[in-house]
Amino acid sequence: MIKKILYILSIWLLLMFPANAGSTGSEDLSKSGSSTKECFEGVSRAMFKLNHGLDKVIFEPIAKGYRALPAPIRKGTGNAVDNLRSLLTISNNILQGDLGRAGNTAARFGINTTAGILGVFDPATKMGFEDQGKEDFGQTLGAWGTESGCYFVLPILGPTTARDAIGLIGNTFLDPVYQITHNTEIKGGIGNSNYSEHNYYYYRGTGAVDFRAKNIESWDSLENNSIDLYASLKSLYLQNRKQKIANSTSTTETQDDSDWEEIDTN
Amino acid sequence: MKKKFFIIIFFIFSLIQESFAYSSDPKQFIQEIVNEAKEVLINSNTKEFKTKRLSEMALKTVDIKGIAFYTLGSYRKDLNDEQLKEYLNLFEKYFLKSFTSRLTDYSDPKIDVLSAEVLNPKYTMVKSLLLATDKKPEVKIDWRVYTKNPDKPLIRDLIIEGLSLARTQKEEFASVIQTNNGEVIKLFDTLKEFINK
Repeated sequence: MIKKILYILSIWLLLMFPANAGSTGSEDLSKSGSSTKECFEGVSRAMFKLNHGLDKVIFEPIAKGYRALPAPIRKGTGNAVDNLRSLLTISNNILQGDLGRAGNTAARFGINTTAGILGVFDPATKMGFEDQGKEDFGQTLGAWGTESGCYFVLPILGPTTARDAIGLIGNTFLDPVYQITHNTEIKGGIGNSNYSEHNYYYYRGTGAVDFRAKNIESWDSLENNSIDLYASLKSLYLQNRKQKIANSTSTTETQDDSDWEEIDTN
Repeated sequence: MKKKFFIIIFFIFSLIQESFAYSSDPKQFIQEIVNEAKEVLINSNTKEFKTKRLSEMALKTVDIKGIAFYTLGSYRKDLNDEQLKEYLNLFEKYFLKSFTSRLTDYSDPKIDVLSAEVLNPKYTMVKSLLLATDKKPEVKIDWRVYTKNPDKPLIRDLIIEGLSLARTQKEEFASVIQTNNGEVIKLFDTLKEFINK
């Protein structure tokens, strides 16, 4: 527990002081293209290389194997994982004060867990309860007005910002699946011995493989057409987070047009 | 007789020209591009031919010069005329290679062009949907169309699931320049490397 608190504090410090060693602190923002500074670019680039290597050797082959499974199996697996993941979304919908979405997500979870046979099928969408996107504690912090802080890359977990790293820790407290699988000790007759921590990591691992399998071609294309893959991924990650925090699918709400305005070619 | 002959020739020429021109309505313009790209991807036998046809299309329908300026950001002010000319030349080659390489992986893309939203007199956003297949999920694609010349719209950006390709490119270029101590010329070397690989 103390270790966790120290970890949270150290990340909080990063959040408070975004420009650090290795960053381009003196760089003009209009030139840098991104307003999010690096925490420690050298280390992050090394982590990125490590993750890229692990992806080539482990994750990509597993994702390709998973892709070979029949489509209904993959679809059902993706649905079941998303259904469990929606529990974390409900907690965050409530924390963001978005009770409408919380109700929708809860209804989806109830319907898909029962009529959808543990989330394998998605009858909720057909009944009018559309998926309104995932939420996590990083997004909640963003919705509360917390700035992203600096950007860095975690081993295995990939790109993040100081705010989103705190969010990762917050998720463990807010995610019922994490809590159920990590509190298995029976105290005074109360507890749950049916699950173990392994169940949580199987669930998260399956989600990661499903995501990777859905993005094999997109990643290959990005890899083949980038002149600085690290920078591309950073840009895509930050754009994606911005959009998710705004809960918007509208390009015009999340894209700043000002850079285009001065360019006239006809 | 001679006059009639010229009128007929002019009429035929106009018809031919018309058949190659794209619509000035942004939504229809994107629909025509999607249809043409699909036709190229389905009917071209070789990758080289696909690449050639797609490059020709891009030169007519994409504001490559505008994207080149945008992606360089304010660094373009650091370049002299000669360097700017070289950059535009390199960018065009880089863009066409990257653009065609991304598209030739698709064999029969099914895209529904859904609607258009006028942002201001210079820009219209056209919304479309790349339909899901057994292997890939559905993808939302928004096309930023530059309409300053209303008779000749041009594509300036593709926004895939809310992620702007032009912005990503801009941040990638900025990163290359910054890791080379702000030397824009180093970006030229990187682009040359990409073009020649």
